[in-house]
Amino acid sequence: MREKHFGLGLFSLLVFVFLLGPLLIIFATSFEPGIVLQFPPDGFSFRWYEQIFKVEGFLRTFKTSIAISLLGNVFALLFGIPAAYALSRSSFRGKELINGLFLSPILIPGIVLGFTLMKYLIVVYHLPMYAGLLIGHTVIMLPFIVRVVASSLSTFDFAIEEAALSLGAGRMSAFFKVVLPNIRSGIIASMLIAFLESFNNIDISVYMTGPGVSTLPIEMLTYVENHFDPTIAAISVLLMVLTGVLMLVIERLMGLSQFTRR
Amino acid sequence: MTLLTLESVSVAYGSQTILKDLNLDVEKGQLLSLLGPSGCGKTTTLRLIAGFLEAKEGTFRFAGDDYTRKPVNKRNFGIVFQSYALFPHMSVFDNVAFGLRMRKTKETDVKSRVKRILEVVSLGGFETRFPKELSGGQRQRVAIARALVIEPDLLLFDEPLSNLDANLRSGMRVEIRRIQQELGITTLYVSHDQEECFSISDRVAVMNKGLIEQIDRPETIFKYPATEFVARFIGFHNFLNFTERAESEGVISLRAGEHLFTAVANPGTTRPGALKGAIRPDDLVVAAEDRSGPGVIGSLPGIVKVSTYLGRSYQYVVETALGNFTANQEMEKPFYSGQSVTLRFPPDKLVLVD
Ligand SMILES: Nc1ncnc2c1ncn2[C@@H]1O[C@H](COP(=O)(O)OP(=O)(O)OP(=O)(O)O)[C@@H](O)[C@H]1O
Ligand SMILES: [Mg+2]
Repeated sequence: MREKHFGLGLFSLLVFVFLLGPLLIIFATSFEPGIVLQFPPDGFSFRWYEQIFKVEGFLRTFKTSIAISLLGNVFALLFGIPAAYALSRSSFRGKELINGLFLSPILIPGIVLGFTLMKYLIVVYHLPMYAGLLIGHTVIMLPFIVRVVASSLSTFDFAIEEAALSLGAGRMSAFFKVVLPNIRSGIIASMLIAFLESFNNIDISVYMTGPGVSTLPIEMLTYVENHFDPTIAAISVLLMVLTGVLMLVIERLMGLSQFTRR
Repeated sequence: MTLLTLESVSVAYGSQTILKDLNLDVEKGQLLSLLGPSGCGKTTTLRLIAGFLEAKEGTFRFAGDDYTRKPVNKRNFGIVFQSYALFPHMSVFDNVAFGLRMRKTKETDVKSRVKRILEVVSLGGFETRFPKELSGGQRQRVAIARALVIEPDLLLFDEPLSNLDANLRSGMRVEIRRIQQELGITTLYVSHDQEECFSISDRVAVMNKGLIEQIDRPETIFKYPATEFVARFIGFHNFLNFTERAESEGVISLRAGEHLFTAVANPGTTRPGALKGAIRPDDLVVAAEDRSGPGVIGSLPGIVKVSTYLGRSYQYVVETALGNFTANQEMEKPFYSGQSVTLRFPPDKLVLVD
């Protein structure tokens, strides 16, 4: 018995090392005082963190990324919440098909999706790059919104909505006054998950960026192609912190919703 | 005066017809309950009246108007759900005030009306609590208050007590009846608990497979079930198939094989041509073997197959030429299994059903 537990413990440890190791290495190297990315670092400095803010492209593309992810998020919510609602509330023929349609962006390789979007939006319809980016990001966020919102609707007691209707509320006001407040944490969680997905995205963005238009991950990619200094480690650490904080919030929201559900 | 009428209404889920050609009348101010086994269509009927479901065929009339296609939120019906369906994110006050606010009632009136109705359901002082801070019974009363405060034209209950424990259930039952009578509000009440239905209703409709088998006063249904289904449902476990029936001077003579029975003419025997007899285990008498020979009217020889002690009484399963019968009887010295006995069918307890 003990033997087994020991083996399991060792295995878990290895998995952790395997998963967290690279992150720790990046974390350590980001404090490198020298100009070469190396592990272990030669000392300790915030030099490369300062450097991030000196690279003009990072700040600019950071703003672009934030704008695209936030705006795309809003669009994805506008489509995703009604879709999730319709999918959970009613049963109609072809429901599975629609469901599949909304989830397909997860299943189709990003490279293919990105290429297709570029081909049609940019090449055929001559949309501006920014519009293409926005549409692309809305599309990849949609499945996450639909999934997470639908899962919080699956535990929602629709009798509550019916109660509101029977008390004289219209469909709209029943939705906003009664349904929405009760799936709020699910919606916020879905927004955060979708935001992360979009903010870190490369495979869609790469097709719709170019001179003057870029997102942060693409800019970082370009940067490492030309410079191999610890700036990239520093900026990675900052992004990891951002991701970590958002994940924590999601965890709290979804975790809390377990308790607030009756 | 008839307030509500369903005229040959049909409801279907997809291709599955749940209610077929259903007719129902409810008198103003009365409490009518729908009683029936699980899946018979009680909830469906209630949801149809509430407006959550649309009839495929037929008409729903309310106070003289055609309500068949009227939207839920225009019906002014109060509904109490099985799960209570309180708004979890709102205080008791806001829950109850919801319907009034939807009607754009002045906030000062909202205050006074909510306060008054909370007193009716004995929940004064609970205004600021949230649903999750209430007990099951209190939630139930909030749900009732929320439905009542809008002064609904009709009150609908779907198994409102099934989530409560037995004690609370009988208490709430009385409470619901009290409020209903106090306010004189027409009410439709769904339950599969016959005791519950019988105790609070003016009339009971017994449903089976989407049809109403019998609709009557509780006492009438209890004593004189109209169909075999109703009889079974309310505890008539013994049935006899007669081959002949003749009626003269208030007495109905019946024959089953070589055995003769009589039934006193009463509301339970008036169905013309009904040849199926029913009797409750409590009303069937088990007596010592009668050696005076066959042919005594209303008696049937048999052998005790099973004898079970029920506490207050003994229950026997007796095998006879006409099948097995169950009888409950209080006695000092029980019959034993294998003993020959005689079953007696009191003429005033035997009813004839379709
Ligand atoms: N949404 C639905 N889709 C398809 N069939 C349904 C649906 N709701 C109910 N039914 C079917 O309709 C029939 C009647 O259901 P209903 O809910 O009215 O029964 P009930 O009398 O209220 O039973 P219970 O006492 O169990 O609540 C059942 O056979 C049920 O399976
Ligand atoms: Mg039901």
